[in-house]
Amino acid sequence: MIEKQFKTITFTLNGKQVTTSVDMRESLSDMLRNDFGLTSVKKGCEVGECGACTVLVNGEVFASCIFLAIWADGKDVLTVEGLVDVDGTISDIQQAFIDETAVQCGFCTPGFIMSAEHLLRTGKRYTRDELRKELAGNMCRCTGYHNIINAVEKAMNARLAKKAGKE
Amino acid sequence: MYDINKIYEANSVEDAVRLRMEEPQARIIAGGSDLLISIRAGDLAGCDLISIYTIDELRGVSLDDDGTIRIGSLTSFAAVTKNEIIQKYVRVLGEAADKVGGPQIRNIGTIGGNTCNGVTSADTASTLMAYDAIIELTGSEGKRLVPIEEFYLRAKRVDIHPDEIQTAILIRPESYRGYEGFYYKYAMRGAMDIATSGCSANVKLSEDKKTIVDARICYGVAGPIPMRTRSAEQAVKGLPVSKEIVEAFAAGALQDVNPRTSWRATKEFRLHIQGELARRCLTESINRAGGIWS
Repeated sequence: MIEKQFKTITFTLNGKQVTTSVDMRESLSDMLRNDFGLTSVKKGCEVGECGACTVLVNGEVFASCIFLAIWADGKDVLTVEGLVDVDGTISDIQQAFIDETAVQCGFCTPGFIMSAEHLLRTGKRYTRDELRKELAGNMCRCTGYHNIINAVEKAMNARLAKKAGKE
Repeated sequence: MYDINKIYEANSVEDAVRLRMEEPQARIIAGGSDLLISIRAGDLAGCDLISIYTIDELRGVSLDDDGTIRIGSLTSFAAVTKNEIIQKYVRVLGEAADKVGGPQIRNIGTIGGNTCNGVTSADTASTLMAYDAIIELTGSEGKRLVPIEEFYLRAKRVDIHPDEIQTAILIRPESYRGYEGFYYKYAMRGAMDIATSGCSANVKLSEDKKTIVDARICYGVAGPIPMRTRSAEQAVKGLPVSKEIVEAFAAGALQDVNPRTSWRATKEFRLHIQGELARRCLTESINRAGGIWS
C-alpha cells in the first residue's frame, strides 16, 4: 500500500492567491480539475503530446498533464476560466475562435486558447508560419487548423491595432 | 495521479546530493518530460523520485571569466534558445534546442535531462558533443568534470555516480571561438517528433576563409549514443573549401556511423540520410563561417 503524501502549496490561480493541500503524486491538470473545478483544462493524451491541457505558468505555456502539482507552489497559473471577466464576458481570443468557426468538437479549444493568449501577450506580430510553429504543440483532429490560425491572427491584429491606437 | 511511490523534494544542490545518498533507489526528476511519460506508460511505475526541478540556482546561462559558457542543467530548451550568450557564441545549440517537441515541451524539458537520459536522438546532445562540451557533476566530494563523450557510457546509461547530480554543461572558449555550426534534424514531422537522425557539424576556417582548419561532426541515431565521426573530421582538416572536400567528409562520416533498423526507419534509409546530412551540415557551416569556395 502506497502511503499518502500531502503537501500544502500556495500559488496564484487565475489572479487569486490560493492555498491547498495536494497529493504529491498529482499532476497539475488533476489538481486544477479535481480540486478547483477548472474543467477547461482537458485531459487528452496525458503524455504531453496533444496540448489540450495547456495552461500558463508564470506566463509561459506548459502541458499541465506532465507538470507535478507541487511544482506550482509559488507560481502564477492561468487557465481559460481566468480569461473571462467577472460578469461573464469572454475575452477577445475566445470571441475570435467563435467568429472564425475555429471550434468543432471543442476539446482542443481551451489548450489552443491558452497557447494563443501567450502569443498575444508577447505583443509581437507573428506571420502565419510563425503562428503554426508556435501552435505546433496543440493538436486538433477536427478543423484542419486553418480556422484556428485565422482566429489567432484576427485577435492578434485587433490587439496590435488597439495597442497602436493607444500609443 | 501518477503511479509514483514517493517523491522527495530537493531545494538545493546539497539537498539533492544528500537525498541521493539517503535514497539510492530513487530516480532524479528534472522537468519530467521523459520520466513522467515512462511512469504513465508503466515502465517506471511505482518508482521513487527526487525532484530537483525547483532548484533555481541550476537555471540560466553565464559566461565565466575565461570565456567558458556555463549552462545550468535545469535551463529549459526555450531558455537556451532565447539566451543572448548562446545566440552570440553557439547559436547552433539554441537552434537545436528549438527543434525539440513543441513549445510546451521546450518550456519544461531541460538541457541537463536531455543529456542525462542517455538517449541518442536527443536534439541538443549531438551539438554539445560536436562542441566538446564538459559535463559538471556535483556529489558529496565536490565537483567532477567529464567530457561529454565519456559521459555517455551506453544507451540510456551515463556516468553519474550514486551521490551525484548533473549541475552544469560547460563549453570551453577554445571549442567555440572561431567556429560556426549547423544542426539538421531529420524527422517525419516538423514538430512533436523524435529525430529519425540528426547531425550537428561545425567548422573553423583559416583567416582567408579558404581552408578548413578544423571540422567536427556528431550524429544522433547513428549508434546507441550520440556519435562523433573522426574519419570525416580527419578527412577534411587542412584542406581547401570545395565541393570535393564536402564529398570526402560525407564518405568519411559513413565509415564511422552504425545505425540500426528500428520502427522509425531502416538502417539503409538512415545511412542514406546520414550521408546527405553530413553534406548539408558541413556546407551550411562553411557558409555561415564565410567560407570562400574553390
